[in-house]
Amino acid sequence: MKHSFIDEYSGLDSFIHRLDPRTKLIASLAFIVAVVLTPASNWRVFAFCFCIIVALLIFSKLPPIYVMKRSLAIFPFVLLIAVFIPFFKEGEVAGSYNIWMWQVSVTYSGLFILANVVVKAWLCILALILLSSTTRLADLLKGLKQLGVPQVMILILSFMYRYIFVLVDEVMRMQQARDSRNFGGRRLHQLKTIGNMVGTLFIRSYERGERIYAAMLARGFDGQVRTLHKLSFRQADAYFGAVFCLMLIFPCVMWW
Amino acid sequence: MDKVIEIKNLSFNYPDGHQGLKNADLNVYPGENMAVIGPNGAGKSTLLLHLNGILRGNSTVKICGLAVEEKNLKEIRKKVGLIFQNPEDQLFSLNVFDDVAFGPINMGYSELEVKQRVTQALEWVGMAGYEQRSPHHLSVGEKKRIAIATVLSLNPEILVIDEPTSNLDPRSKWSLIELLMQLPMTKIIATHDLELVRALCGRTVVMDEGKIVADGNTEDILDDVTLLKTHGLAH
Repeated sequence: MKHSFIDEYSGLDSFIHRLDPRTKLIASLAFIVAVVLTPASNWRVFAFCFCIIVALLIFSKLPPIYVMKRSLAIFPFVLLIAVFIPFFKEGEVAGSYNIWMWQVSVTYSGLFILANVVVKAWLCILALILLSSTTRLADLLKGLKQLGVPQVMILILSFMYRYIFVLVDEVMRMQQARDSRNFGGRRLHQLKTIGNMVGTLFIRSYERGERIYAAMLARGFDGQVRTLHKLSFRQADAYFGAVFCLMLIFPCVMWW
Repeated sequence: MDKVIEIKNLSFNYPDGHQGLKNADLNVYPGENMAVIGPNGAGKSTLLLHLNGILRGNSTVKICGLAVEEKNLKEIRKKVGLIFQNPEDQLFSLNVFDDVAFGPINMGYSELEVKQRVTQALEWVGMAGYEQRSPHHLSVGEKKRIAIATVLSLNPEILVIDEPTSNLDPRSKWSLIELLMQLPMTKIIATHDLELVRALCGRTVVMDEGKIVADGNTEDILDDVTLLKTHGLAH
C-alpha cells in the first residue's frame, strides 16, 4: 500500500535542498529557540520570523498547499494542551458562561497567551516542515550523526522510518481480516479483539526484528555501523548560515 | 572435485525443543544448481541458515574447506550470499544504495570499490539507476531483485536463496528465473515452486521433518510421483 512520506518533496531541487543537512539542522534549531524566547508582546518579531520562513518556503519551491496542510496537523495537539489556559488565567474577564453547574469565565490575558502559544507552535512547525521536506531523511540522519547524536538513536530512527509503513500495512491487513469476520458483537468483545491485535503486532514485529538481524549478520554485520561518504560543507552553507544568523539577530537589536 | 559445502551428520534443535534438523548429510560441488524442496516446516530454511553460521548445530559444516566457526565467519559470509524469503526483511536501509553497499562496507572495502561493487551488482540484476529509491516504494519483483543485488555486491561463490519466487506474478517470476540462470555461482534454492526447480536446478534434495529423504537428479525426483506424494509435494 502507498503512504505519503515525511520527506515527500525532498527530491526537488532548490538552493535550500542543496544545503548541507547540518546547516539546515542548526538553522532550524536556532530559529525555534529564537521564536520560543521572544516575549509574547513582541508581535513585530513574530511577523518578521514569519516573513523569513515564508521567504525560505518560497525559495524551496515546496507546494504552498502541502505546507499548509502539513502545518495544520499540529493544531489538535497544541489546542488540546493550550485550550484551557484562557479559563484559568486571572485577569480582566472577556466573557463568562454557565456550563451545567459551573460558572466559567474567559480572560483577556488568557486568550492572549493562547494566541501566543498557537503562533509560536505554528512558526516552529513551519520551520520543521521546511527542514524535513527539503532534506532526505537518510541525509538528515547522517547530519545528526556527524553533529554527535549517538549511533543508537540514529539506528532507531532509521529503522523506524524504514519499517513504520510496513507495520501500518500489517495493521491495515489485520483490520481488514477482522472486519471481514466481524458480525457485530458486544463492545467488550471488540475490545478484546483489539487487545489481541496489539499483542499479535508486537510478536510479529519482534520476530521481524530477529529476521532483519539475521539478514544483517548474513552480510557481515558485527555490531559496528559503518557508513560511506561523509557530508561536506560548501561555500553556500557559510553564506546561508551567516545571512540567517544576521536575520535572527536583527529583530533583537531593532525591537528589544 | 573440491566440495564447496560439506555437511556431515548435522542436527539442530530450536530453543523450544523442536528438532529442526536430524542427521543431515549433504555435499555440494562447485557450479551446481541445487534445489531444496519439502513441505512447510521440513527444515529447509533451518538448513540454509546453517550455511553461513547464523545457526550452528552439533557438527561442523564446511564451506570451501573452512569450518563454520566464530573465527571464520567473516570469510564465510563473504563466500556465502544468503537471501531471505521476505525482501522486506532483507532490505532494511533507507535507500537502495545503502542496502547494496551494506555488505561491502562491513567487509571493509574502500569507498571506491564499494561504489563499483554496488553499480556492478545493480547492473547484474537489471536495477541500475535505482540507487536513491526507497525500498518501500518498489514493487515485490523489484524488491526481490534488489535483495539479490545486496549479496551479489559481496561477489559470493555460493548463492543461497530462500523462496525466490514466492509472491511473484508469473511474468516477474520468469524474469527472475532468467536472471538466476545468468548468474554463474553455485546456487542453493529452497522452494515450493517445482516449475522453478525444473527450469533452473540440475539436482534436487527433498527434505521432510528435518531429514534429507532424497537427493538426486531433478528429473528423476520430480518424476517420482510416489516420493512427491509421500512428502506432500504433489497431490
